[in-house]
Amino acid sequence: MKFTSVFDIIGPVMIGPSSSHTAGAARIGRVARDLFGRQPKKVTIHLFGSFAETYRGHGTDVALIGGLLNYDTYDERIKTSFIEAEKQGLSFEFIPETAHTEHPNTARIVLEDDEGEMSVVGISIGGGKIEVSEVNGFKLRLTGGMPAILVVHDDRAGCIANVANCLAMHDVNIAHMEVSRIERGHTALMVIEVDQNIEPKVLQQISLIPNITKVSKINT
Amino acid sequence: MDVLFHNVRELVERAENENKKIAHLMIEQEMLISGRTEDEIRTQMLKNLEVMEAAVERGLNGVQSVTGLTGGDAVLIQNYMKEGKALSGNLLLDAVSKAVATNEVNAAMGTICATPTAGSAGVVPGVLFAVKNQLQPTKEQMVDFLFTTGAFGFVVANNASISGAAGGCQAEVGSAAAMAAAGVVEMAGGTAQQSAEAFAITMKNMLGLVCDPVAGLVEVPCVKRNAMGAANAMVAADMALAGVTSRIPCDEVIGAMFRIGQSMSPNLKETARGGLAVTPTGKAISKAILENGSLQSIKSLSH
Repeated sequence: MKFTSVFDIIGPVMIGPSSSHTAGAARIGRVARDLFGRQPKKVTIHLFGSFAETYRGHGTDVALIGGLLNYDTYDERIKTSFIEAEKQGLSFEFIPETAHTEHPNTARIVLEDDEGEMSVVGISIGGGKIEVSEVNGFKLRLTGGMPAILVVHDDRAGCIANVANCLAMHDVNIAHMEVSRIERGHTALMVIEVDQNIEPKVLQQISLIPNITKVSKINT
Repeated sequence: MDVLFHNVRELVERAENENKKIAHLMIEQEMLISGRTEDEIRTQMLKNLEVMEAAVERGLNGVQSVTGLTGGDAVLIQNYMKEGKALSGNLLLDAVSKAVATNEVNAAMGTICATPTAGSAGVVPGVLFAVKNQLQPTKEQMVDFLFTTGAFGFVVANNASISGAAGGCQAEVGSAAAMAAAGVVEMAGGTAQQSAEAFAITMKNMLGLVCDPVAGLVEVPCVKRNAMGAANAMVAADMALAGVTSRIPCDEVIGAMFRIGQSMSPNLKETARGGLAVTPTGKAISKAILENGSLQSIKSLSH
């Protein structure tokens, strides 16, 4: 069931003109920022399908940048996000792509700063609702509807148990969990959806567990 | 996940068996899913209602989009109504003008509440704030109306689509109009089954509607499609309240909408590569906007 709340239907409150191209785009930008864990210095945004065809007219571009500046869908500053990005030293580039993607409204955002780089693929599925379908090459499915923790780690025995233990110690209940790896013995990813927003200290502790390389979160 | 209803049939049966309004079933389900209280859920919907009201008011005062393609039509319709010569009646035209008002605000990058999307955000508030004058509902009843429309929208979104890119305009304005019709019926005292009939009758008349926005903007023909969506909803609600039923059951109409959307060419699903978008004037408008960023040149085009 893709739509779970009545407020997915009657809502969101947003700046026009398009729920999928403006509000959805702002949410994709904001989730990407959340996953990156800070405001990037540079973003490269690849647009696919209907996003690529109509992004100027729908304000998809200003909305994505607005989201990357941490604006919500109803934030009036979305309209002037380009100016604000420049002020805050966030440089950006849009690349409309012709490749066919599974969903018509897809954006791949590459976020960078001096400390690192991250690639996030977001899709806008209608009515302002979004899903994250890929992070750093890992396929996944995150709706952003629940708080979530993403853990990049070395593919070693015990990693998953250690993370689960750490969450249990902080009384965080796991609602849904997925694990995947690109190649046996190399880098792996845990996607953990939880019932409540996650405190920074929990993330801090997970990052201290052996073989964990990166931890990020989405709060709601 | 366990929900109270997966389709319209289950929704209507539950309303009848438990002698509850559809609005209240939607609230119950939201409580179940979110773990929040009825008060919290109602408060959030009340905020959405206030956003809708503000957008209608702003649009009735006259707005203009960034491109200059849309704006000001809501004012024209209201002025015409004051002359008292409206052929289709002031209540219907009031709904139309308020739907137009909301979508003109949306096109101007103003604040709106998506119902179910931004491109179709005019229909539900247009119908609600017109019928408000006739039925004199309380604030609570107006919030209930939004939950009723939301219940039907929930079914469409999960069993078909509410995205123009996935299902064409029938999925957006079509869904919005059918949702509004179902909501009005309940507000006017109709049964749950009559709400379902109103939904089916409206949706049947929106089937096949393509999404072909000129220059890819949510302006032409979106604003006027919201106008007609509101008119369609009002008439279908009256038909259902009169006792007219749909020969094809509501859920099957929704299924038909989904399959039509699947078989629709991608050119007609929000890509601006077909329909009105590629008419000579549509293409000229698109070219002018891409070159100049606004419509200085469009105005000379149309005169």
